[in-house]
Amino acid sequence: MNRWDVLVEVSPRAEIADPAGTTIERALAALGFAGVSGVRVGKAIRMDVTAADESEARSVTEQMCDRLLANPVIEDARIELRAATQDHTT
Amino acid sequence: MSVPMSVPMSVTVGVVQFPGTNCDLDTFDALSELGARTALLRSDETSLGGVDAVVIPGGFAHGDYLRTGAIARFSPIMDAVASFAGAGGPVVGICNGFQVLTEAGLLPGALRPNAGLSFLCQPQQLIMVSVNHVLGHGLSPSDELSIPINHFEGNYVCDGATLRRLRENGQVVMRYVGNPNGSVDDIAGICNETGNVVGLMPHPERATSELLGTADGCKLLNALLSAAASTRRAAGHRAA
Repeated sequence: MNRWDVLVEVSPRAEIADPAGTTIERALAALGFAGVSGVRVGKAIRMDVTAADESEARSVTEQMCDRLLANPVIEDARIELRAATQDHTT
Repeated sequence: MSVPMSVPMSVTVGVVQFPGTNCDLDTFDALSELGARTALLRSDETSLGGVDAVVIPGGFAHGDYLRTGAIARFSPIMDAVASFAGAGGPVVGICNGFQVLTEAGLLPGALRPNAGLSFLCQPQQLIMVSVNHVLGHGLSPSDELSIPINHFEGNYVCDGATLRRLRENGQVVMRYVGNPNGSVDDIAGICNETGNVVGLMPHPERATSELLGTADGCKLLNALLSAAASTRRAAGHRAA
């Protein structure tokens, strides 16, 4: 078995209003950061996943997203996998 | 204004308690004062114990971690609630309970943070839209109600196809007068296609006496007790 550092990024879907993102965008403009648009606020969920290979790790993480981590009515989930530098499972 | 204080038939209403629920006892008291037998149902129980209706009250079930209702929907009691709802039993989710019902897939759509990003705690005027559901008995479309709201995530969203379906099937239960939170189509409450599952953001249990500013909540809770009595009679006929 191998270990993966997994990052799940959950964000409001494109067509869903994101008042927090809009507010931050206005605040950035007020601070003088010109040219910032499309600010969206979501969640980052990090975890260690132990699985036989990368495709299994991804598939298990996708199931987590479908069942719990994201609500498909309002959110999209993006998964990033990276092989862990050290194998702590041995 | 007089409020009917009797139930056509003595019914039992179960009030679900998740860790973090905080409107359970208000709901319990409101239903009891209207003449119902009332039972508190812990979220780790697997049976509803033969109740005639279920209310999922407001609060912050499981801290609302991840998303409102996201963890609560996996509680053991929710399987029993889903079976009860599937068999036509009356199920009402108030505020956080509404959020739990959408997460559980018992009602369509979802509830997002209020458009203004303010926690809203205020009296709210509402207009009944459909009355073909378990909170409709004795009410008419266009009836105005004053019932308080108390939420941060009350902004109802759904896709265009779902909204069309809700309107065409008479599943819009009530709308806000002066949309306080950005909900699509001013929606404050919806029901499922069969009308036995209702979710609403306003708190009828906090509107049960003129001393509290309004007793309009009794109209909705009495409607629920009537629906529960019908369920009980139907179950009695099946058993007979």
